[in-house]
Amino acid sequence: MTVLKVTRLTKRFGGLVCLSKVDFAFERGKISAVIGPNGAGKTTVFNVITGIYKPDEGEIDLDGKSIVNLKPDQITRRGIARTFQNIRLFGSMTVLENVLVGMHLHLKAGLFGTLLSLPRIRREEEKAKEEAYRLLVYVGLEALLNEQADSLPYGAQRRLELARALATKPRVLLLDEPAAGMNPRETAELIRLIKRIQQDLDMTVILIEHDMKLVMDLSEHIIVLDHGMKIAEGSPADIRSNPKVIEAYLGKSAVGQEVVS
Amino acid sequence: MKKWMEHVKSSLWAQASLYTLFVLATSLSVYLMDKSAIAFLLLLASLLLLYYTSFPVKLKWAAAGLLLVIVIPFATSGGPSHESYMEVATQCGIYIAMALGLNIVVGFAGLLDLGFVAFFAIGAYTYAIFATPQANNFISGHLFPVSGSTFWLFIFIGGFIAALFGILLGLPVLRVKGDYLAIVTLGFGEIIRIIFNNLEKPVNITNGAMGLSSIKPPDLFGMDFIFPHQIYFIVLAILLLVLFGVRRLEHSRLGRSWKAIRDNEIAAQAMGVPLTLTKLSAFAVGASFSGMMGVVFAAKQTYVDPTSFTLLESITILAMVILGGMGSVPGVILGASLVTLLNIQVLTDVTQWLNELTAQGVINVPSALSPAKMQRFIFGAILVLIAVFRPYGLIASRNRKEDVEKLKERRSSAAISVNSTNGPSGGVTP
Ligand SMILES: Nc1ncnc2c1ncn2[C@@H]1O[C@H](COP(=O)(O)OP(=O)(O)O)[C@@H](O)[C@H]1O
Ligand SMILES: [Mg+2]
Repeated sequence: MTVLKVTRLTKRFGGLVCLSKVDFAFERGKISAVIGPNGAGKTTVFNVITGIYKPDEGEIDLDGKSIVNLKPDQITRRGIARTFQNIRLFGSMTVLENVLVGMHLHLKAGLFGTLLSLPRIRREEEKAKEEAYRLLVYVGLEALLNEQADSLPYGAQRRLELARALATKPRVLLLDEPAAGMNPRETAELIRLIKRIQQDLDMTVILIEHDMKLVMDLSEHIIVLDHGMKIAEGSPADIRSNPKVIEAYLGKSAVGQEVVS
Repeated sequence: MKKWMEHVKSSLWAQASLYTLFVLATSLSVYLMDKSAIAFLLLLASLLLLYYTSFPVKLKWAAAGLLLVIVIPFATSGGPSHESYMEVATQCGIYIAMALGLNIVVGFAGLLDLGFVAFFAIGAYTYAIFATPQANNFISGHLFPVSGSTFWLFIFIGGFIAALFGILLGLPVLRVKGDYLAIVTLGFGEIIRIIFNNLEKPVNITNGAMGLSSIKPPDLFGMDFIFPHQIYFIVLAILLLVLFGVRRLEHSRLGRSWKAIRDNEIAAQAMGVPLTLTKLSAFAVGASFSGMMGVVFAAKQTYVDPTSFTLLESITILAMVILGGMGSVPGVILGASLVTLLNIQVLTDVTQWLNELTAQGVINVPSALSPAKMQRFIFGAILVLIAVFRPYGLIASRNRKEDVEKLKERRSSAAISVNSTNGPSGGVTP
């Protein structure tokens, strides 16, 4: 069943056409990947889906309902969470607080309840901390919960972004280059973690990644972008041998060889 | 000597006895001596010392309460300077509350506001207009001035009106960011002042540059609050409210979303934090503190005019926040106290002292160089030094640490039920 459907999506920056009439459909509970050379428009796809940019043309439907004119926080409320290619943590806050911000939509404390410190609010806060702690255990960061977020090593920062996104309780998870800057061991752990998230939570995962091992290991469906256009789509095996993909990645001369061995 | 210091650090009793000794010595000197400005400052410093002791938190609050409610008012009551000391303490309290308000806007939410004094002015005029016959000019029925016993209600009305203006300012202004926001808020502060300066025609609402005088003093069961040593307790009570409010907000859902927006706006939105609403709430809460103190200010002075609410005031409050440490509640309290003391106690005292020495012919300081006139210069120099040596302020903001063991324990006790219903994931529910 299709969860997220994008039709004829176009995004221009000034004169530059960054996405040109692209169509995708993502299936519930599956892991899909969006790949393509640098500057192909992959991150822009995520930015348009999550409401950071408004599309110039096209439709985006989540469970059959349009989300095109919603603000980013409203889109998160509908059930889409994301991580960022250039990590965007709340740098001066602690690891635990970062996850707690992710739980914002599921907490009720308002201004006056907080000022009066109502018992209900205090209980909610305690429970939120417990749940945030569980999420940190889930991604393996519980030992660092009191550290300031921007003091963490790179790999840990990426996992924290993942925990924070999970805290919003999404149905669709968008991961923008989650393995960038990770060493092979960390990447292997990340692959296991993403698989677990998919299985435990029946999550629809869409990821952008350059690490082909990760992409091929994880995804059931791959979409290839080049110069803002979709040039191929299919299973990992299809994509591996698609001449157009090989050309986009390696240039014309390489056609005929395999892009990933 | 070193060993002795170690001993003091480790022993609560040693700290407690030394501390009591210090408070006794300073308060006695304030009480007994005629010229006791230095002793008075040291007595106030005992509050700062308290912050650095290792007493349990509850004891610290109790000791601070004792100092503020009993020791300081009583110790200063001995000499001729009683009212002037209480006036200084009162002003400190007013500025601390305002700086705590601005700290929510600038320190927590990261929105640079250069017109913050406008909210103080709005609070002050709210009370001033209705606690003088002025309001009769535009509301018929000769109901005004209201009696001084409505002052207590006006504290909240003033806070509310200021919050309302915070939202009104925020709605158009929050579309711009950073430097632009600073300029627009600066403009807002000036506009409010100029409006108060000119709102005498066509209907005389503010009495223009002449200001409003004979404002009714607060009245509690027939007792008028006229002297600084009485107003002091009003300020103290409001300050306590503000302080509890800030501490509760800081580590709440709302406080976290303020900081999240400050740290990364896009990520905050992606976590479901609504941008405009969250920024507006910071503006409103910050403004309300200022508005409440504005009401007190009007009642204390019994006179307001637009010259009390200049850009310089806004900048002074901002300097308090920066000096103390943006986002740090104890820092901002210290910053506001230091700047206020410097402005109205230290510099005037030093000037007076130099004048006396000059009169006696000991030294010759030309009046152009008197410290009171160089206030801005001294101020600027201090800020530059702080920026260089303590870029995060005198007491930098610190994150609250959670008790790991407690969370671990509760998780293991909760895990059993969660596991049985939710499979192997241990309670991460979609
Ligand atoms: N905010 C923006 N303003 C102008 N150009 C942009 C903006 N964001 C992206 N672009 C341009 O769009 C193209 C695609 O960018 P991006 O989606 O980040 O590529 P990818 O993630 O595939 O590497 C690039 O040429 C980039 O310069
Ligand atoms: Mg990208």
